[in-house]
Amino acid sequence: MDAEYIIEMRDICKSFYGVKILHDVNFKLRPGEIRGLLGENGAGKSTMMRILNGIYSKDSGKIFVNGEEAHFTLPKDAREAKIAFVHQEIALSANLTIAQNMFLGLEITRGKYFLDDAAMRQAALDALKSLGLDLNVDTVVGTLSIAQQQMVEIAKALMQDARVLVLDEPTAALSEKEVRFLFQQMRRLKEKNVAIIFISHRLNEIEEITDSLTVLRDGYIIADGTPTKGLNSSEIIAMMVGRSVTQFFDGEKPQGTGEVVFEVRGLTNQRVRNISFQLKKGEILGFGGLVGAGRTELMSAIFGLDPIESGEMFLHGKKIVNRNPREAIQHRFGLVSEDRKHNGLILVHSIARNLTMNVTSTFIKGIHYDKAKEKAIVDEYGNKLSIKMSGMDQLCQYLSGGNQQKVVISKWLASGADVLIMDEPTRGVDVGAKSEIYRLMHSLAEEGISIIMISSELPELINISTRIAVMHEGELNKIFDREELAQYDADDLQKEIMFYATGERD
Amino acid sequence: MGKKEINLKSLFKGVGGAFFALILMVLALCVFTDTFATRLNFVNLLKQITCNCLLSFGLTCCLITGFPDLSVGSHVALATVEVCMYQNMGMSLEVSILLTLAVGVVIGAVNGFIFSRTGMPAYIVTLAMQNVLRGIAYVLTNGGAVIVANDVGMKFFNLSNATIANWIPYSTLILVVAFVIINTMLTRTVFGRHMYAVGGNSSTAVYSGIDVKNIRLVVYTISGLLAAIAGVLTASRVYSGQPTTGVGFEGEAIASAVLGGVSFTGGIGTLSGSLIGILIMGVMSNGMNLLQVNYYWQLVVKGIIILVAVYVDQVKRSKTK
Repeated sequence: MDAEYIIEMRDICKSFYGVKILHDVNFKLRPGEIRGLLGENGAGKSTMMRILNGIYSKDSGKIFVNGEEAHFTLPKDAREAKIAFVHQEIALSANLTIAQNMFLGLEITRGKYFLDDAAMRQAALDALKSLGLDLNVDTVVGTLSIAQQQMVEIAKALMQDARVLVLDEPTAALSEKEVRFLFQQMRRLKEKNVAIIFISHRLNEIEEITDSLTVLRDGYIIADGTPTKGLNSSEIIAMMVGRSVTQFFDGEKPQGTGEVVFEVRGLTNQRVRNISFQLKKGEILGFGGLVGAGRTELMSAIFGLDPIESGEMFLHGKKIVNRNPREAIQHRFGLVSEDRKHNGLILVHSIARNLTMNVTSTFIKGIHYDKAKEKAIVDEYGNKLSIKMSGMDQLCQYLSGGNQQKVVISKWLASGADVLIMDEPTRGVDVGAKSEIYRLMHSLAEEGISIIMISSELPELINISTRIAVMHEGELNKIFDREELAQYDADDLQKEIMFYATGERD
Repeated sequence: MGKKEINLKSLFKGVGGAFFALILMVLALCVFTDTFATRLNFVNLLKQITCNCLLSFGLTCCLITGFPDLSVGSHVALATVEVCMYQNMGMSLEVSILLTLAVGVVIGAVNGFIFSRTGMPAYIVTLAMQNVLRGIAYVLTNGGAVIVANDVGMKFFNLSNATIANWIPYSTLILVVAFVIINTMLTRTVFGRHMYAVGGNSSTAVYSGIDVKNIRLVVYTISGLLAAIAGVLTASRVYSGQPTTGVGFEGEAIASAVLGGVSFTGGIGTLSGSLIGILIMGVMSNGMNLLQVNYYWQLVVKGIIILVAVYVDQVKRSKTK
């Protein structure tokens, strides 16, 4: 006897470190329904799906599968309940064959210990065939295209006779033709009464393939099960945006001056195409866009980490080339990476070491090590940015996220950066430290430092930036100048930015 | 005065346990043997640790920068052969030594160059070099030892075997000089600071504009030079070139450094710490010889002690987190 809903999530709440991410989330899904799950970056989509997958535990609420309450504590539990996940990042082992991957952890055995390769190869072949895929099951997965790998993942998920399939941004890496193929498969599954949860930022795809929508905003369900038919993209965007924008920072935006400090003309490489913009003295130029729009890649190219194929850069009107980060630093650029643990800090080293890393040669000359001068530098920035530390020898791994970020920022200030690129500067820091970092950015801009800020949070982008550039799939679609920004109220501006970020307008 | 004390303290920071263990071992040997605390044994001990000490200094630099140099053991063997052969070819002692050291620099630079430019793992590059160098040492000698035919005034022999005031071998002075130079490099120069940065997180180092490739190149060159010096002194001590010597020396050198608090994953460690590790390994071998422990059992004991020491260190580190 089948229940009306294959999945029902009732009043799900979830908090991390005292911050509530999901507020009484209610979600119902019918068999054979293709549901689009929408929301801005950070709206709570992944958290919600991870709870359904058993990766996170819920704080409160109930989950029903086919009318029966389910208790998922491990991904295995979800798998046994016939819910299959295809994650955004490919989760296959590149060194194993298709057949080996499809049965990883579920190996068919002869007796208890011996692999039954023939049976697994045959079953893998059948699974691929049922999806209309013509692939050799002995092919090593690493040699397949991303799209093919994705199809293998889907085949793997379906092989377990899934009743619910969750696709997390499956089209991000696919070409148009491959997307067509995927949609064809999705429709075929729908006929077999499989329910699909489809997460995507591409509104045209949502409009085309989904039957209904669920929209999350700030951890609240805004709509659940609303039929897609009859909605246009601006109505959909209106549901997604509209987060309160005064929540973190209510100060004035830095004004900036007219003086152009830095200019990029026609920058193109493998990841970005024909990017041009100007950065003015004392402004914060925000870069908006969806995750994967090429913003980080653009900054890597500017900073000399990635090669540039064509295009020019000008600093104070003079043409410059940053062939590597060393040259960028000499040109007084600084880059606060989005991944401070990998690219910003040496966690096993002290605050002093990290903070003075770019300026070691100012206090160590030959074998003369001027410890007092080193301490003076650490004290200066420690006080200026009010870094909470037990002493300059404290290891960075013991600092909070906010304080770690301040050490990274100090490092660049100490090296005299006057073009400071900050990639998701408030990622992984708590709310209090967030507003502290905003204030800091503001005062740095007032001092005449020009800041480029990448942010995937619209309220942050709107609140902090003097001007806003929006990127979509490697291209810079729009720059909102100050006058333009002033025309919109916060809600409309979020919608406008979202239009450009999703490529609905360019 | 006060400043000096602080420096001494920081010199032994983080290796207090190892230092304590060393003192305990020395005291125990003083009590349980009547041969340990003698002038003769003291001189002997200093001679015995010379080779491992130099290799371990080199490995300390390599490990701080992130990865080991596995070629140093066979490099020692090749250098012992070289320095004797050059003399037998008619070169003066000084020229022979300089030539051996020059070859050492080249070998180290080749290691560093391949590792830093091709991105092949340092383990593989230096492991391959280990075989190459051992092979060359055998090829040059046909597998036999090379005896120095004409050592004018025993100058070569005296390098390792003559002592100052009957207490300190000349070779020990070389250790002191090497220690001072390398310790200064690590603690007081920009280059040394950058070595720690590369080992601590090479990606962050790249973002900070540090020339990771050239730092690795230089560090492996230093390791090569130190291995060549170790080879020259080893040859002088046994008065011959031995293509079979040096097997497993890289393991002992790594163990000494790690015992002294150098992190196997890079970015952490001091030369003074390594020195304590070197002394522990040296006193342990020396003591077990005096206690007439069978050599085969000595290997077993050493292996176990390394495991325990590194485990204790790891527990200590995870506790402070």
